[in-house]
Amino acid sequence: MTELRTETMTVNMGPQHPSTHGVLRLVLQLDGETVVSVQPTIGYLHTGIEKTAEAKKFQQVIPLVERMDYLSSHSNSLGFALSVEALLGLEVPRRVQDIRVLLVELQRINSHLVWLGTHGMELGAVSIMLYTFRERELILDINELIAGFRMFPSYIRVGGLREDLPPGFHEAVRRVLDLLPGKIEEYEDLLTKNAIYRKRTRGVGVISAADALSYALVGPIARGSGVAYDVRKAFPYSGYETYDFQVPVGTRGDVFDRYLVRIEEMRESIALCRQALERIPPRGEWAADDPRVVPPPKDRVYTEMEALIQHFLIYSQGFVVPPGEAYVPVEGPRGEHGCYVVSDGGNRPWRVKMRSPSMLACQALHKMIVGGMIADVIAVIGSIDVVMGDVDR
Amino acid sequence: MPDAAAIVAALAPAVPGARLEDGQALDQPTIVVPREHLVPACRALRDQPGLRFDVLADMTAVDRWPGEPRFEVVYHLLSTSAPARLRLEVALDRDDAHVPTVRGVWESAGWLEREVWDLFGVVFDGHGDLRRLLMPEDWDGHPLRKDYPVQIRMKPKVYAPLQVTEAEFHAQIEKDRTVRGGTGLERGREKKG
Repeated sequence: MTELRTETMTVNMGPQHPSTHGVLRLVLQLDGETVVSVQPTIGYLHTGIEKTAEAKKFQQVIPLVERMDYLSSHSNSLGFALSVEALLGLEVPRRVQDIRVLLVELQRINSHLVWLGTHGMELGAVSIMLYTFRERELILDINELIAGFRMFPSYIRVGGLREDLPPGFHEAVRRVLDLLPGKIEEYEDLLTKNAIYRKRTRGVGVISAADALSYALVGPIARGSGVAYDVRKAFPYSGYETYDFQVPVGTRGDVFDRYLVRIEEMRESIALCRQALERIPPRGEWAADDPRVVPPPKDRVYTEMEALIQHFLIYSQGFVVPPGEAYVPVEGPRGEHGCYVVSDGGNRPWRVKMRSPSMLACQALHKMIVGGMIADVIAVIGSIDVVMGDVDR
Repeated sequence: MPDAAAIVAALAPAVPGARLEDGQALDQPTIVVPREHLVPACRALRDQPGLRFDVLADMTAVDRWPGEPRFEVVYHLLSTSAPARLRLEVALDRDDAHVPTVRGVWESAGWLEREVWDLFGVVFDGHGDLRRLLMPEDWDGHPLRKDYPVQIRMKPKVYAPLQVTEAEFHAQIEKDRTVRGGTGLERGREKKG
Protein backbone atom coordinates (compact mmCIF):
# COMPACT_ATOMS: atom_id res chain seq x y z
CA MET A 1 0.00 0.00 0.00
CA THR A 2 1.38 3.42 -0.92
CA GLU A 3 1.77 5.96 1.83
CA LEU A 4 -0.52 9.01 1.85
CA ARG A 5 1.32 12.21 0.97
CA THR A 6 0.48 15.08 3.28
CA GLU A 7 2.56 18.07 2.17
CA THR A 8 0.91 21.38 1.34
CA MET A 9 0.30 22.50 -2.21
CA THR A 10 1.28 25.85 -3.71
CA VAL A 11 -1.30 27.42 -5.98
CA ASN A 12 -0.70 30.52 -8.03
CA MET A 13 -3.71 32.74 -8.54
CA GLY A 14 -3.43 35.57 -11.00
CA PRO A 15 -2.18 38.02 -12.12
CA GLN A 16 -4.70 37.33 -14.86
CA HIS A 17 -7.41 35.69 -12.83
CA PRO A 18 -10.90 36.93 -13.68
CA SER A 19 -11.92 37.57 -10.10
CA THR A 20 -8.88 39.39 -8.78
CA HIS A 21 -10.28 42.67 -10.10
CA GLY A 22 -7.36 43.51 -12.29
CA VAL A 23 -3.83 42.29 -11.99
CA LEU A 24 -3.38 41.03 -8.45
CA ARG A 25 -1.34 37.90 -7.93
CA LEU A 26 -1.74 35.64 -4.94
CA VAL A 27 0.50 32.69 -4.13
CA LEU A 28 -1.50 30.43 -1.85
CA GLN A 29 -0.27 27.54 0.27
CA LEU A 30 -3.05 25.00 0.61
CA ASP A 31 -3.50 22.17 3.03
CA GLY A 32 -6.28 20.28 1.32
CA GLU A 33 -8.77 23.07 0.73
CA THR A 34 -7.66 25.17 3.69
CA VAL A 35 -5.44 28.16 3.03
CA VAL A 36 -2.25 28.03 5.10
CA SER A 37 -0.57 31.17 3.83
CA VAL A 38 -1.01 33.82 1.17
CA GLN A 39 1.57 36.02 -0.50
CA PRO A 40 0.09 38.89 -2.51
CA THR A 41 2.20 40.43 -5.25
CA ILE A 42 1.27 43.83 -6.63
CA GLY A 43 2.82 46.34 -8.96
CA TYR A 44 1.70 45.00 -12.33
CA LEU A 45 -0.24 48.20 -12.98
CA HIS A 46 2.37 50.65 -11.68
CA THR A 47 2.41 53.58 -14.05
CA GLY A 48 4.42 56.12 -12.07
CA ILE A 49 1.63 58.68 -11.84
CA GLU A 50 3.22 60.32 -8.80
CA LYS A 51 6.45 60.84 -10.71
CA THR A 52 4.61 62.17 -13.75
CA ALA A 53 2.68 64.59 -11.56
CA GLU A 54 5.91 66.25 -10.44
CA ALA A 55 6.49 67.42 -13.99
CA LYS A 56 3.00 68.84 -14.51
CA LYS A 57 1.43 72.13 -13.51
CA PHE A 58 -1.00 71.92 -10.61
CA GLN A 59 -4.15 71.99 -12.71
CA GLN A 60 -2.73 69.36 -15.07
CA VAL A 61 -2.39 66.88 -12.19
CA ILE A 62 -6.18 66.57 -11.89
CA PRO A 63 -6.63 64.20 -14.86
CA LEU A 64 -3.64 62.17 -13.68
CA VAL A 65 -4.88 61.53 -10.15
CA GLU A 66 -8.33 60.68 -11.49
CA ARG A 67 -6.81 57.73 -13.26
CA MET A 68 -5.40 56.22 -10.07
CA ASP A 69 -8.58 54.88 -8.52
CA TYR A 70 -10.56 54.67 -11.72
CA LEU A 71 -13.88 53.97 -10.01
CA SER A 72 -13.77 57.06 -7.84
CA SER A 73 -12.33 59.72 -10.09
CA HIS A 74 -14.26 62.55 -8.40
CA SER A 75 -12.89 61.62 -4.95
CA ASN A 76 -9.34 61.61 -6.27
CA SER A 77 -9.62 65.00 -7.91
CA LEU A 78 -11.45 66.38 -4.86
CA GLY A 79 -8.67 65.16 -2.53
CA PHE A 80 -6.02 66.79 -4.68
CA ALA A 81 -7.99 70.00 -5.18
CA LEU A 82 -8.67 70.36 -1.44
CA SER A 83 -5.00 69.92 -0.56
CA VAL A 84 -3.86 72.49 -3.11
CA GLU A 85 -6.62 74.86 -2.04
CA ALA A 86 -5.42 74.46 1.56
CA LEU A 87 -1.94 75.49 0.46
CA LEU A 88 -3.32 78.43 -1.52
CA GLY A 89 -5.59 79.47 1.34
CA LEU A 90 -8.52 79.37 -1.05
CA GLU A 91 -12.19 79.21 -0.03
CA VAL A 92 -14.54 77.93 -2.68
CA PRO A 93 -18.13 79.22 -2.71
CA ARG A 94 -20.94 77.37 -0.95
CA ARG A 95 -22.53 76.32 -4.25
CA VAL A 96 -19.30 74.74 -5.50
CA GLN A 97 -18.98 72.77 -2.27
CA ASP A 98 -22.52 71.46 -2.65
CA ILE A 99 -21.96 70.45 -6.27
CA ARG A 100 -18.77 68.67 -5.23
CA VAL A 101 -20.64 66.79 -2.49
CA LEU A 102 -23.34 65.79 -4.97
CA LEU A 103 -20.83 64.51 -7.52
CA VAL A 104 -18.74 62.62 -4.97
CA GLU A 105 -21.79 60.92 -3.49
CA LEU A 106 -23.03 59.94 -6.97
CA GLN A 107 -19.55 58.56 -7.56
CA ARG A 108 -19.78 56.53 -4.37
CA ILE A 109 -23.03 54.94 -5.56
CA ASN A 110 -21.42 54.29 -8.93
CA SER A 111 -18.40 52.60 -7.36
CA HIS A 112 -20.52 50.52 -4.98
CA LEU A 113 -22.69 49.39 -7.90
CA VAL A 114 -19.63 48.10 -9.74
CA TRP A 115 -18.44 46.41 -6.56
CA LEU A 116 -21.85 44.84 -5.92
CA GLY A 117 -22.16 43.52 -9.45
CA THR A 118 -18.71 41.99 -9.65
CA HIS A 119 -18.79 40.65 -6.10
CA GLY A 120 -22.17 39.03 -6.63
CA MET A 121 -21.11 37.56 -9.94
CA GLU A 122 -18.01 36.00 -8.43
CA LEU A 123 -20.17 34.20 -5.91
CA GLY A 124 -22.43 32.82 -8.62
CA ALA A 125 -25.19 35.45 -8.59
CA VAL A 126 -24.61 36.44 -12.19
CA SER A 127 -27.82 38.36 -12.79
CA ILE A 128 -27.03 41.09 -10.22
CA MET A 129 -24.12 42.24 -12.35
CA LEU A 130 -26.42 43.00 -15.27
CA TYR A 131 -28.76 45.02 -13.05
CA THR A 132 -26.11 47.07 -11.25
CA PHE A 133 -24.29 47.91 -14.46
CA ARG A 134 -27.61 49.03 -15.94
CA GLU A 135 -28.05 51.56 -13.12
CA ARG A 136 -24.39 52.53 -13.14
CA GLU A 137 -24.84 53.57 -16.76
CA LEU A 138 -27.29 56.26 -15.61
CA ILE A 139 -24.69 57.78 -13.29
CA LEU A 140 -22.06 57.67 -16.03
CA ASP A 141 -24.56 59.50 -18.22
CA ILE A 142 -24.58 62.33 -15.66
CA ASN A 143 -20.78 62.48 -15.86
CA GLU A 144 -21.15 62.69 -19.61
CA LEU A 145 -23.68 65.46 -19.26
CA ILE A 146 -21.45 67.67 -17.11
CA ALA A 147 -18.11 66.98 -18.73
CA GLY A 148 -18.50 64.95 -21.90
CA PHE A 149 -16.42 62.23 -20.32
CA ARG A 150 -17.87 59.23 -18.52
CA MET A 151 -15.10 57.74 -16.42
CA PHE A 152 -12.66 60.62 -15.87
CA PRO A 153 -14.63 63.85 -16.06
CA SER A 154 -11.91 66.17 -14.60
CA TYR A 155 -14.81 68.37 -13.60
CA ILE A 156 -13.59 69.20 -10.09
CA ARG A 157 -10.66 71.57 -10.48
CA VAL A 158 -8.38 73.46 -8.16
CA GLY A 159 -10.37 76.59 -7.34
CA GLY A 160 -13.79 75.21 -8.14
CA LEU A 161 -15.27 73.43 -11.12
CA ARG A 162 -14.46 73.36 -14.79
CA GLU A 163 -17.59 75.24 -15.79
CA ASP A 164 -21.15 75.77 -14.67
CA LEU A 165 -23.71 72.99 -14.60
CA PRO A 166 -25.35 72.28 -17.96
CA PRO A 167 -29.08 72.93 -18.48
CA GLY A 168 -31.18 69.96 -17.46
CA PHE A 169 -28.72 68.78 -14.82
CA HIS A 170 -31.18 68.90 -11.92
CA GLU A 171 -33.84 66.92 -13.79
CA ALA A 172 -31.31 64.30 -14.89
CA VAL A 173 -29.98 63.79 -11.36
CA ARG A 174 -33.47 63.75 -9.87
CA ARG A 175 -34.55 61.05 -12.32
CA VAL A 176 -31.65 58.84 -11.21
CA LEU A 177 -32.25 59.55 -7.51
CA ASP A 178 -35.93 58.65 -7.86
CA LEU A 179 -35.07 55.41 -9.58
CA LEU A 180 -32.26 54.14 -7.35
CA PRO A 181 -34.01 53.39 -4.01
CA GLY A 182 -36.33 50.88 -5.67
CA LYS A 183 -33.41 49.28 -7.45
CA ILE A 184 -31.45 48.90 -4.23
CA GLU A 185 -34.49 47.12 -2.77
CA GLU A 186 -34.30 44.75 -5.72
CA TYR A 187 -30.61 44.04 -5.13
CA GLU A 188 -31.36 43.29 -1.52
CA ASP A 189 -34.12 40.91 -2.57
CA LEU A 190 -31.60 39.14 -4.78
CA LEU A 191 -28.76 38.88 -2.25
CA THR A 192 -29.57 39.83 1.33
CA LYS A 193 -32.33 37.25 1.61
CA ASN A 194 -30.60 34.75 -0.64
CA ALA A 195 -29.74 31.62 1.35
CA ILE A 196 -26.78 30.69 -0.87
CA TYR A 197 -25.29 34.19 -0.72
CA ARG A 198 -25.64 34.28 3.06
CA LYS A 199 -24.00 30.89 3.45
CA ARG A 200 -21.09 31.97 1.30
CA THR A 201 -20.51 35.22 3.17
CA ARG A 202 -21.63 34.87 6.82
CA GLY A 203 -18.61 34.35 9.07
CA VAL A 204 -16.22 34.39 6.09
CA GLY A 205 -13.18 36.63 5.95
CA VAL A 206 -13.55 38.00 9.46
CA ILE A 207 -11.23 40.82 10.56
CA SER A 208 -11.39 42.26 14.06
CA ALA A 209 -11.72 45.98 14.70
CA ALA A 210 -8.25 46.08 16.29
CA ASP A 211 -6.66 44.41 13.27
CA ALA A 212 -8.56 46.64 10.87
CA LEU A 213 -7.17 49.73 12.62
CA SER A 214 -3.66 48.34 12.91
CA TYR A 215 -3.68 47.67 9.16
CA ALA A 216 -5.19 51.15 8.55
CA LEU A 217 -8.29 49.83 6.77
CA VAL A 218 -10.29 52.92 7.73
CA GLY A 219 -13.35 52.93 5.52
CA PRO A 220 -16.08 50.39 4.76
CA ILE A 221 -13.87 47.49 5.92
CA ALA A 222 -13.31 48.92 9.41
CA ARG A 223 -16.94 50.01 9.58
CA GLY A 224 -17.97 46.44 8.82
CA SER A 225 -15.94 45.46 11.90
CA GLY A 226 -17.66 48.06 14.06
CA VAL A 227 -15.35 51.09 13.88
CA ALA A 228 -17.67 54.05 13.39
CA TYR A 229 -15.00 56.23 11.80
CA ASP A 230 -15.91 58.21 8.71
CA VAL A 231 -13.87 61.15 7.43
CA ARG A 232 -17.06 62.99 6.54
CA LYS A 233 -18.08 62.99 10.22
CA ALA A 234 -14.65 63.13 11.90
CA PHE A 235 -12.96 65.75 9.71
CA PRO A 236 -15.74 67.36 7.66
CA TYR A 237 -14.76 68.97 4.37
CA SER A 238 -16.80 70.68 1.64
CA GLY A 239 -19.53 71.42 4.17
CA TYR A 240 -20.39 67.83 5.14
CA GLU A 241 -21.03 69.04 8.68
CA THR A 242 -24.19 70.75 7.43
CA TYR A 243 -25.65 67.57 5.94
CA ASP A 244 -27.85 65.08 7.72
CA PHE A 245 -26.66 61.50 7.21
CA GLN A 246 -25.81 58.36 9.17
CA VAL A 247 -22.67 56.24 9.12
CA PRO A 248 -23.69 52.58 8.81
CA VAL A 249 -21.64 50.26 11.00
CA GLY A 250 -21.49 46.46 11.09
CA THR A 251 -20.69 44.23 14.03
CA ARG A 252 -19.13 40.96 12.91
CA GLY A 253 -16.50 42.13 10.42
CA ASP A 254 -17.25 39.39 7.90
CA VAL A 255 -17.98 39.60 4.18
CA PHE A 256 -21.71 39.86 4.78
CA ASP A 257 -21.38 42.83 7.14
CA ARG A 258 -19.14 44.64 4.71
CA TYR A 259 -21.82 44.00 2.08
CA LEU A 260 -24.55 45.42 4.34
CA VAL A 261 -22.43 48.48 5.18
CA ARG A 262 -21.96 49.30 1.50
CA ILE A 263 -25.63 48.76 0.68
CA GLU A 264 -26.60 51.15 3.48
CA GLU A 265 -23.95 53.61 2.33
CA MET A 266 -25.64 53.75 -1.05
CA ARG A 267 -28.92 54.69 0.66
CA GLU A 268 -27.17 57.38 2.72
CA SER A 269 -25.52 58.69 -0.42
CA ILE A 270 -28.90 59.02 -2.11
CA ALA A 271 -30.13 61.03 0.89
CA LEU A 272 -27.01 63.22 0.71
CA CYS A 273 -27.50 63.76 -3.02
CA ARG A 274 -31.10 64.83 -2.47
CA GLN A 275 -30.05 67.37 0.18
CA ALA A 276 -27.27 68.71 -2.03
CA LEU A 277 -29.54 68.96 -5.05
CA GLU A 278 -32.03 71.03 -3.05
CA ARG A 279 -29.29 73.49 -2.14
CA ILE A 280 -27.79 73.97 -5.59
CA PRO A 281 -29.37 76.80 -7.58
CA PRO A 282 -29.42 75.99 -11.31
CA ARG A 283 -27.22 78.99 -12.11
CA GLY A 284 -24.57 80.61 -9.98
CA GLU A 285 -20.92 80.65 -9.01
CA TRP A 286 -18.92 77.67 -10.20
CA ALA A 287 -15.43 78.71 -9.10
CA ALA A 288 -13.72 80.79 -6.47
CA ASP A 289 -13.31 84.48 -7.14
CA ASP A 290 -9.54 84.30 -7.30
CA PRO A 291 -7.77 85.66 -10.37
CA ARG A 292 -4.58 83.74 -9.49
CA VAL A 293 -6.19 80.38 -10.18
CA VAL A 294 -9.47 80.81 -12.03
CA PRO A 295 -9.36 82.22 -15.56
CA PRO A 296 -11.78 85.04 -16.37
CA PRO A 297 -15.02 84.26 -18.24
CA LYS A 298 -14.67 83.85 -21.98
CA ASP A 299 -16.70 86.93 -22.97
CA ARG A 300 -14.26 89.11 -21.01
CA VAL A 301 -11.26 87.30 -22.54
CA TYR A 302 -12.53 88.20 -26.00
CA THR A 303 -13.10 91.86 -25.19
CA GLU A 304 -10.58 93.00 -22.52
CA MET A 305 -6.82 92.97 -22.79
CA GLU A 306 -6.18 92.33 -19.07
CA ALA A 307 -8.51 89.36 -19.09
CA LEU A 308 -6.78 87.96 -22.15
CA ILE A 309 -3.37 88.28 -20.48
CA GLN A 310 -4.64 86.65 -17.33
CA HIS A 311 -6.21 83.82 -19.30
CA PHE A 312 -2.98 83.30 -21.22
CA LEU A 313 -0.87 83.28 -18.05
CA ILE A 314 -3.04 80.73 -16.29
CA TYR A 315 -3.09 78.35 -19.23
CA SER A 316 0.57 78.70 -20.21
CA GLN A 317 2.37 79.02 -16.87
CA GLY A 318 -0.22 77.79 -14.42
CA PHE A 319 -0.28 79.34 -10.97
CA VAL A 320 2.22 79.47 -8.16
CA VAL A 321 1.46 77.69 -4.90
CA PRO A 322 3.18 78.91 -1.71
CA PRO A 323 5.73 76.49 -0.23
CA GLY A 324 4.36 74.04 2.29
CA GLU A 325 2.66 70.72 2.63
CA ALA A 326 -0.96 69.69 3.00
CA TYR A 327 -2.95 66.51 3.37
CA VAL A 328 -6.71 66.86 3.37
CA PRO A 329 -8.46 63.51 3.80
CA VAL A 330 -11.68 62.74 1.98
CA GLU A 331 -13.94 59.72 2.31
CA GLY A 332 -13.71 57.78 -0.92
CA PRO A 333 -15.78 54.70 -1.77
CA ARG A 334 -12.97 52.47 -0.54
CA GLY A 335 -12.11 54.40 2.57
CA GLU A 336 -9.95 57.35 3.44
CA HIS A 337 -8.51 58.94 0.33
CA GLY A 338 -6.39 61.97 0.42
CA CYS A 339 -3.58 63.62 -1.37
CA TYR A 340 -0.37 64.71 0.32
CA VAL A 341 0.88 67.64 -1.73
CA VAL A 342 4.22 69.33 -1.17
CA SER A 343 4.98 72.59 -2.93
CA ASP A 344 8.35 74.32 -3.17
CA GLY A 345 6.74 77.59 -4.20
CA GLY A 346 6.71 76.88 -7.92
CA ASN A 347 3.98 76.18 -10.44
CA ARG A 348 4.47 72.42 -10.30
CA PRO A 349 4.01 70.17 -7.27
CA TRP A 350 7.23 68.98 -5.64
CA ARG A 351 5.60 65.78 -4.44
CA VAL A 352 2.15 64.25 -4.85
CA LYS A 353 1.20 61.19 -2.84
CA MET A 354 -2.25 59.69 -2.94
CA ARG A 355 -3.26 57.56 0.01
CA SER A 356 -4.24 54.20 -1.36
CA PRO A 357 -6.90 52.35 0.67
CA SER A 358 -6.84 49.42 -1.76
CA MET A 359 -3.13 48.79 -1.27
CA LEU A 360 -3.55 48.62 2.49
CA ALA A 361 -6.48 46.24 2.02
CA CYS A 362 -4.27 43.94 -0.07
CA GLN A 363 -1.66 44.02 2.68
CA ALA A 364 -4.22 42.76 5.21
CA LEU A 365 -5.58 40.02 2.94
CA HIS A 366 -3.81 37.28 4.88
CA LYS A 367 -5.69 38.25 8.04
CA MET A 368 -8.96 37.49 6.27
CA ILE A 369 -7.94 34.54 4.09
CA VAL A 370 -5.59 32.33 6.12
CA GLY A 371 -7.45 29.54 7.87
CA GLY A 372 -10.40 29.74 5.50
CA MET A 373 -11.29 27.68 2.46
CA ILE A 374 -9.87 28.37 -0.98
CA ALA A 375 -13.37 29.01 -2.36
CA ASP A 376 -13.76 31.83 0.16
CA VAL A 377 -10.68 33.64 -1.16
CA ILE A 378 -12.85 34.91 -4.01
CA ALA A 379 -15.53 36.12 -1.61
CA VAL A 380 -12.95 37.97 0.50
CA ILE A 381 -11.20 39.66 -2.43
CA GLY A 382 -14.58 40.80 -3.67
CA SER A 383 -15.55 42.13 -0.26
CA ILE A 384 -12.49 44.34 0.24
CA ASP A 385 -13.27 46.02 -3.11
CA VAL A 386 -9.78 46.60 -4.42
CA VAL A 387 -9.15 48.69 -7.50
CA MET A 388 -5.76 47.79 -8.86
CA GLY A 389 -5.23 51.20 -10.39
CA ASP A 390 -5.35 52.55 -6.86
CA VAL A 391 -3.09 49.79 -5.47
CA ASP A 392 -0.28 50.29 -7.96
CA ARG A 393 -0.75 53.92 -9.03
CA MET B 1 -7.99 68.87 17.53
CA PRO B 2 -5.00 69.51 19.83
CA ASP B 3 -2.23 71.63 18.36
CA ALA B 4 1.37 70.54 17.87
CA ALA B 5 2.65 72.25 21.02
CA ALA B 6 0.14 70.38 23.21
CA ILE B 7 1.11 67.05 21.67
CA VAL B 8 4.81 67.83 22.10
CA ALA B 9 4.17 68.62 25.78
CA ALA B 10 2.24 65.37 26.28
CA LEU B 11 4.89 63.38 24.48
CA ALA B 12 7.97 64.87 26.15
CA PRO B 13 8.02 62.62 29.28
CA ALA B 14 7.90 59.47 27.12
CA VAL B 15 10.97 60.41 25.08
CA PRO B 16 13.37 62.14 27.48
CA GLY B 17 16.03 64.25 25.86
CA ALA B 18 14.42 64.30 22.43
CA ARG B 19 14.21 67.57 20.53
CA LEU B 20 10.66 67.61 19.24
CA GLU B 21 9.92 70.59 17.04
CA ASP B 22 6.68 72.03 15.80
CA GLY B 23 6.69 71.57 12.02
CA GLN B 24 4.48 74.67 11.45
CA ALA B 25 2.14 73.14 8.90
CA LEU B 26 -1.12 74.85 7.98
CA ASP B 27 -3.41 71.86 7.67
CA GLN B 28 -2.70 69.66 10.69
CA PRO B 29 -0.32 69.49 13.68
CA THR B 30 3.14 68.46 12.58
CA ILE B 31 6.07 67.33 14.71
CA VAL B 32 9.65 66.86 13.61
CA VAL B 33 11.12 63.88 15.43
CA PRO B 34 14.81 62.92 15.57
CA ARG B 35 15.42 59.52 14.07
CA GLU B 36 16.74 57.85 17.23
CA HIS B 37 13.59 58.78 19.17
CA LEU B 38 11.12 57.76 16.48
CA VAL B 39 10.06 54.34 17.75
CA PRO B 40 9.60 55.31 21.44
CA ALA B 41 7.70 58.40 20.33
CA CYS B 42 5.42 56.35 18.08
CA ARG B 43 4.79 53.82 20.83
CA ALA B 44 3.85 56.61 23.22
CA LEU B 45 1.63 58.26 20.61
CA ARG B 46 -0.22 54.98 20.15
CA ASP B 47 -0.59 53.92 23.78
CA GLN B 48 -0.61 57.05 25.92
CA PRO B 49 -4.08 58.01 27.16
CA GLY B 50 -5.10 61.33 25.67
CA LEU B 51 -3.14 60.67 22.48
CA ARG B 52 -4.13 57.20 21.21
CA PHE B 53 -3.09 57.51 17.61
CA ASP B 54 -4.24 54.01 16.73
CA VAL B 55 -3.86 54.24 12.93
CA LEU B 56 -0.85 54.89 10.75
CA ALA B 57 -2.99 56.17 7.91
CA ASP B 58 -0.28 56.83 5.38
CA MET B 59 3.41 57.18 5.03
CA THR B 60 5.66 58.57 2.37
CA ALA B 61 8.89 60.43 1.80
CA VAL B 62 9.93 63.67 0.16
CA ASP B 63 13.22 64.10 -1.66
CA ARG B 64 14.58 67.64 -1.20
CA TRP B 65 17.51 67.10 -3.55
CA PRO B 66 19.81 68.99 -3.97
CA GLY B 67 18.95 70.48 -0.56
CA GLU B 68 20.06 69.07 2.77
CA PRO B 69 18.80 67.20 4.76
CA ARG B 70 17.83 65.41 1.63
CA PHE B 71 14.99 63.09 2.69
CA GLU B 72 11.97 63.65 4.86
CA VAL B 73 10.06 60.55 5.88
CA VAL B 74 6.47 61.59 6.60
CA TYR B 75 4.03 59.65 8.77
CA HIS B 76 0.33 60.53 8.83
CA LEU B 77 -1.20 59.37 12.09
CA LEU B 78 -4.88 59.23 12.92
CA SER B 79 -6.73 58.81 16.17
CA THR B 80 -10.16 57.39 15.42
CA SER B 81 -11.42 57.87 18.97
CA ALA B 82 -10.58 61.57 19.47
CA PRO B 83 -10.69 62.17 16.39
CA ALA B 84 -7.36 63.81 15.71
CA ARG B 85 -4.61 63.78 13.13
CA LEU B 86 -0.88 64.25 13.44
CA ARG B 87 1.99 64.34 11.00
CA LEU B 88 5.44 63.14 12.02
CA GLU B 89 8.50 64.04 10.03
CA VAL B 90 11.97 62.57 10.20
CA ALA B 91 14.75 64.36 8.34
CA LEU B 92 17.58 62.26 6.87
CA ASP B 93 20.92 63.13 5.38
CA ARG B 94 21.90 62.15 1.87
CA ASP B 95 24.53 59.60 2.87
CA ASP B 96 22.71 58.15 5.82
CA ALA B 97 19.14 57.40 4.70
CA HIS B 98 18.27 54.96 7.47
CA VAL B 99 15.21 54.99 9.73
CA PRO B 100 14.16 52.43 12.34
CA THR B 101 11.03 50.58 11.33
CA VAL B 102 7.68 51.27 13.04
CA ARG B 103 6.28 47.96 11.90
CA GLY B 104 6.20 46.83 15.53
CA VAL B 105 3.87 49.70 16.37
CA TRP B 106 1.45 49.66 13.44
CA GLU B 107 1.09 46.66 11.10
CA SER B 108 0.23 48.92 8.17
CA ALA B 109 3.84 50.13 8.11
CA GLY B 110 4.89 46.83 6.48
CA TRP B 111 3.99 47.66 2.89
CA LEU B 112 4.17 51.43 3.32
CA GLU B 113 7.84 51.16 4.32
CA ARG B 114 8.48 48.75 1.48
CA GLU B 115 6.99 51.29 -0.92
CA VAL B 116 9.17 54.10 0.42
CA TRP B 117 12.26 51.92 0.16
CA ASP B 118 11.29 50.89 -3.36
CA LEU B 119 10.68 54.41 -4.64
CA PHE B 120 13.15 56.46 -2.56
CA GLY B 121 15.81 54.04 -1.34
CA VAL B 122 15.32 54.94 2.30
CA VAL B 123 16.31 51.90 4.39
CA PHE B 124 14.10 50.85 7.28
CA ASP B 125 16.30 49.10 9.85
CA GLY B 126 14.77 46.01 11.37
CA HIS B 127 11.94 45.77 8.84
CA GLY B 128 12.76 42.16 7.98
CA ASP B 129 11.02 42.05 4.61
CA LEU B 130 12.36 45.05 2.71
CA ARG B 131 11.67 44.00 -0.87
CA ARG B 132 10.49 46.01 -3.85
CA LEU B 133 6.74 46.51 -3.83
CA LEU B 134 5.69 48.40 -6.96
CA MET B 135 8.75 48.18 -9.22
CA PRO B 136 9.96 44.88 -10.69
CA GLU B 137 12.33 42.90 -8.47
CA ASP B 138 15.31 43.39 -10.80
CA TRP B 139 14.88 47.17 -11.17
CA ASP B 140 17.89 49.44 -10.72
CA GLY B 141 17.56 52.66 -8.77
CA HIS B 142 14.73 54.37 -6.93
CA PRO B 143 12.46 56.23 -9.33
CA LEU B 144 10.94 58.91 -7.09
CA ARG B 145 14.35 60.35 -6.23
CA LYS B 146 14.76 63.73 -7.83
CA ASP B 147 18.09 62.82 -9.44
CA TYR B 148 16.64 59.73 -11.07
CA PRO B 149 16.95 60.08 -14.85
CA VAL B 150 13.38 60.37 -16.04
CA GLN B 151 13.61 60.02 -19.78
CA ILE B 152 16.12 57.26 -20.39
CA ARG B 153 16.73 56.35 -23.98
CA MET B 154 17.34 52.62 -23.85
CA LYS B 155 19.36 51.12 -26.68
CA PRO B 156 16.92 49.07 -28.73
CA LYS B 157 17.61 45.39 -28.44
CA VAL B 158 18.64 43.99 -31.82
CA TYR B 159 18.45 40.36 -32.65
CA ALA B 160 20.78 39.43 -35.51
CA PRO B 161 18.91 37.59 -38.23
CA LEU B 162 19.81 33.97 -38.74
CA GLN B 163 22.93 33.88 -40.90
CA VAL B 164 22.56 31.23 -43.58
CA THR B 165 24.30 31.13 -46.93
CA GLU B 166 22.39 30.27 -50.05
CA ALA B 167 24.11 26.89 -50.30
CA GLU B 168 23.14 26.03 -46.69
CA PHE B 169 19.58 27.14 -47.35
CA HIS B 170 19.21 24.82 -50.32
CA ALA B 171 20.95 22.00 -48.45
CA GLN B 172 18.42 22.31 -45.61
CA ILE B 173 15.50 22.17 -48.01
CA GLU B 174 17.00 19.15 -49.70
CA LYS B 175 17.49 17.46 -46.32
CA ASP B 176 13.91 18.21 -45.38
CA ARG B 177 12.70 16.75 -48.64
CA THR B 178 14.59 13.49 -48.20
CA VAL B 179 13.31 13.09 -44.64
CA ARG B 180 9.68 13.61 -45.58
CA GLY B 181 9.98 11.88 -48.91
CA GLY B 182 9.19 14.68 -51.31
CA THR B 183 7.57 18.12 -50.95
CA GLY B 184 3.91 18.76 -50.56
CA LEU B 185 3.84 20.25 -54.04
CA GLU B 186 4.91 17.04 -55.64
CA ARG B 187 2.32 15.07 -53.72
CA GLY B 188 -0.33 17.43 -54.96
CA ARG B 189 0.77 16.89 -58.53
CA GLU B 190 0.70 13.14 -58.12
CA LYS B 191 -2.87 13.27 -56.89
CA LYS B 192 -3.90 15.34 -59.86
CA GLY B 193 -2.19 13.01 -62.29
